[in-house]
Amino acid sequence: MSSVAIPQNPVEPFLRSERMPHIWCPGCGIGTTVNCFTRALLDSKADLTKLAIVSGIGCTGRVAGYTNLDSFHTTHGRAIPFATGLKLANPELNVVVYSGDGDLFAIGGNHLIHAARRNVNLKVICVNNLIYAMTGGQTAPTTPGDVITSTAPYGTYDPAFNLPYLVEAAGAVYVARWTTFHVRQLAKSMAEMFQKKGFGFIEVLSPCPTLYQRRNKMGDGLDAMKFYKQVSKIKHGAPTSEVALSKSGEIVVGKFVDRERPEYIGTMNTYLEQQLGERYVEPHTLSDDGGCSGGELEVISCNR
Amino acid sequence: MHADPQGVLTGAHFLDGDHAACEGAIAAGARFAAGYPITPSTEVVERFAMRAPTVGGTFIQMEDELAASITIQGAVWGGVKAFTVTSGPGFSLMMEHIGYAAMTETPCVFINVQRGGPSTGLPTLPAQADMMQVRWGSHGDYEIIALCPNSPQECFDLTIKAFNFSEQYRVPVFVMLDEVVGHMTEKVIIPPAEEIEIEPRHFTKKAPKDFRLYEPEANQVPDMVKAGDGYNIHVTGLTHDQRGYPDMTPPMQDVLVKRLQSKILDNADKICLFEKENVEGADVVVVSYGITSRVAQRAVDQAREKGVKVGKLRLITAWPFPERVISEIAPTIKGFVVPELNLGQMVREVERCAGGKTRTVRVSHAGGTVHNPESILNAILEVAR
Amino acid sequence: MQSLNEIRVAGFGGQGVILSAIVIGKAASIVEGNFATMTQNFGPEARGGACSAQVILSNSPVLYPYVTHPDVLVVMSQEAYLRFAPELKPGGILLIEQDLVRIKGLSPAETRVYGIPATRIAEQIGKRMVLNVVMTGFFGAITGLISREALRKAVEDSVPSSFRELNLKAFDSGYDYGLQHLESGALEASEFEEVTVRE
Repeated sequence: MSSVAIPQNPVEPFLRSERMPHIWCPGCGIGTTVNCFTRALLDSKADLTKLAIVSGIGCTGRVAGYTNLDSFHTTHGRAIPFATGLKLANPELNVVVYSGDGDLFAIGGNHLIHAARRNVNLKVICVNNLIYAMTGGQTAPTTPGDVITSTAPYGTYDPAFNLPYLVEAAGAVYVARWTTFHVRQLAKSMAEMFQKKGFGFIEVLSPCPTLYQRRNKMGDGLDAMKFYKQVSKIKHGAPTSEVALSKSGEIVVGKFVDRERPEYIGTMNTYLEQQLGERYVEPHTLSDDGGCSGGELEVISCNR
Repeated sequence: MHADPQGVLTGAHFLDGDHAACEGAIAAGARFAAGYPITPSTEVVERFAMRAPTVGGTFIQMEDELAASITIQGAVWGGVKAFTVTSGPGFSLMMEHIGYAAMTETPCVFINVQRGGPSTGLPTLPAQADMMQVRWGSHGDYEIIALCPNSPQECFDLTIKAFNFSEQYRVPVFVMLDEVVGHMTEKVIIPPAEEIEIEPRHFTKKAPKDFRLYEPEANQVPDMVKAGDGYNIHVTGLTHDQRGYPDMTPPMQDVLVKRLQSKILDNADKICLFEKENVEGADVVVVSYGITSRVAQRAVDQAREKGVKVGKLRLITAWPFPERVISEIAPTIKGFVVPELNLGQMVREVERCAGGKTRTVRVSHAGGTVHNPESILNAILEVAR
Repeated sequence: MQSLNEIRVAGFGGQGVILSAIVIGKAASIVEGNFATMTQNFGPEARGGACSAQVILSNSPVLYPYVTHPDVLVVMSQEAYLRFAPELKPGGILLIEQDLVRIKGLSPAETRVYGIPATRIAEQIGKRMVLNVVMTGFFGAITGLISREALRKAVEDSVPSSFRELNLKAFDSGYDYGLQHLESGALEASEFEEVTVRE
C-alpha cells in the first residue's frame, strides 16, 4: 500500500500542536490573526530562537500559550511592562506583545502609552473584538456606542477609544489597522512592523460571534467577514483622528503611521556612554554559570 | 560562588539603610531594577540609578508599582537578577505580582521600606504594619520569604541573603525595612568580594528536548532557563503542568500549590534566621524584629538591672515564621513579650506557636515613631511578676 | 569619648544641616572606629523651615536611634533654636550661628553657649554655603568629642572633590575660631541681647 504524504501545514512548526485544540470559539478571529502572525514570521525569516511573545489575560491572551516560542502569559494588563523588562534585560530578543483590546487599553492602558512614549522596541498586536470576551461579553473601552453587552443591557453610551489615534499620540513609530478579512495585508503589515525599530502597533478587528455579534444580532463569523468586506476602506496614511469606529459605520484600515523616533535602548546606551565615558559599562545577562561579570569598581562619595 | 568584585565597594562606609540595601543588591549580582518613587524607599533606586550604568546594570523608572513589580520579572526571564523597591501604597499595588512571581517561580527581590498606614498614612514615618500583608497580600496559597534588617549593615547583608534565597528556592523574597532602619545612617562594612557568598542562577544543563520548565529537582525546586536560549518555554500564571502548560484541574492544582508551599516549609530550618540571647533560664522572652529589636534591647537591659530573668529572641526571618524556636521556648518561660510597630501582627504567630503553653503579651504601637522603651519594660515586669 | 553623646544639628533647609551631621557621624564611626547613628527628619520641612539631624556617638553599638534630649545642640536659625533649645539637656552645650540666632529664655548657668558668625566667615572664605562646615569645625573645637584630624578627614570624604579645598578651609576657620573661644569661655546671657537677627 502506498502511503500518501500529508503535506505539513507551513504554520505548524510555529505552534504547540500538543496543546490543540485551542479554546477559541467557532468563527472567532483570533486564530486567523495567529495564522497571519506565523506567515509574517516565515516571510521575515525571523530567528525564532530570539523571538519571545508576551500576552496578558483574555481570549487573545492565550495566544502566547499556543505559539512554539519563548512565551509568557502574564497578568491582566501587564504584558507590556513584562515585555519591557524582558527586552531591556536581553536586548537581542525580539519581543512581541500579543493581547486584546481590554487587556491593552483598559487595565493596561497606562503601560501602553508609557511604552509608546519611551519608544521601547516592542511589537504590539492588539486583537480588538470590541468586547471583554473571556469573561462573558462586558463593555470594553473599545465598545462602540449603542451596543448591547452584558454590563450594558440597555446599550452602551460610554465613548470608546480610537486606538490608532491614542497610540500615535503616545509616540508609536508604526501604527496600522486591519480586520481578519484582510489576511494578506495583515501578514504583510506584521512583517513590515517587525523590521521597524521602536514601538509598533497593529490593531486587528476580529469578530466575537459568541458574545458581541449574537447579542447585537450581527450574525456569525461569516457575517462578520461580509460586514468587514462591505464597510472597510483602505486609506493608507489616513489621519488617525479620523479613523474612529462605530457600530455599523465605515472601518478605515491601512497603515496610518510609519515614522522614525530614537528607540529606547539605543538612546539609553548612547546617552549614558556620552555622560559617563569610560565609566559606562553596557548591560549584560547572566552567564551560563549563573554569575554576572563586567562593571568597573567605582568609588563614590558615601552619602548624598 | 563569590560576588563579582567589580560591583562590590569593599570598605567602611557611612550609609543609610536604603543605600546599604542597594549596595547589597549590587553585590548580590542584581543588574536590573524597576521602580516608582515613593517615600521612604526612593533612596534605594536613586542610588541604583547612579550605580547601575557603571556596573553593567539597567534602571528604569516605571509608570507605577504595578508595572515595576512585573517589569523586574520580565527582566529575570531575560536572564538577569532583578529587584524593585517600594513602600506603603506602592506595596499594596504590587500584590498581584507577588502572586505571579510565586506561581511562575520567578526569583526576584522586593525591598519594602515600611511606613505608617493604612492608605497614604505617614509617608515619612515608620511602621512595621506590612508584616501580614507581605505574607498574605496576594490571593491564593503560596509561600514567600521575608527578612527584617535592624541596621544599615543588615540592610546590606540581608539583601544579599534575599537574592541568594530567591535563586535557591525560586521564590520572591522580601527585605522588610522600616523607615527608621531605611533612613538611619551608620557604619556599613562591605567585605571583599571573595568573602561574599552568592547563589548563582541555577540554569539547566539539560538539552531543550529533555527539559521541563517546572520539573522539580531534588530540593523540589526546578532549574531555570532564560528566553532566547532555544528552550521555547511557556510561563503562565495559570495552574500548569511540568511543561508550564495550563492544566486547570483539581489534581494539578493540588500538586503544584502544595509544592510551592513545601519547597519553602520543608526548608524552613535553613531559611529561618534568628538571634537568641539569654533564653535559657529566662522567665520572660522578648520577641522582636527590625528597629523594634533595638529599642527592646534597652528595655531588656533595664529589666535585667531590676533582676528580671529576661531573654531576647530577634527574628531576622519573619516568613516562613520560625515556629520551631517559639514552640520550644514556650513551655520553659512565664511569657513572651512582643513589641511591634503595629497593632498586633507577628504576635499572632507567636501566640499560635506558643500553643497555650505560656502567655503572650503584645506591646502594640500604631507607628509614626518607635516605642518608648518603658512600655516594653512595663510589659516585661508584668509578665515576670 | 563619653559612653554616650547625643547631638542635634538644626537650621533651615539648604544650610547643609544633614551634611554637618554626616561629617560628625562619619568622623566618629568610620575614621575613629567608634559607633555613630545618624537620623534626620524627612518631608517638606527638610526642604525649608526647621530642618534637623541627630547623631548619637558611642563606644558601643547604638540601640535607641532617636535623640530626645541632646547633650549638644548646634543651631543655625532662629526657628530651629526656638523649636529645639527647650529639649537641650541641663548642662548641655549650645552652639549657635550668632548672627542668625537670638538667645531667649535660657538659663546660662545650666547651658554653656558658644556663638560663631559662621555665615560671615563662610562669606569671607568665598562661599556662603560652607557655613555648615564652619559650624562643624566650631563644634569639633568646642566639644572635643572627635579629633580635629578625624573630622577633617570626614569633611574631605563627604564633599565633591572640586569643593574640597574650600570646605577644608571653612572647617579650619571654624575650628580655630572655636579654639580661641574656648579660651575665653562660654558666653554670658547679657552678651546676646545686643545681637541683631539677620534672618
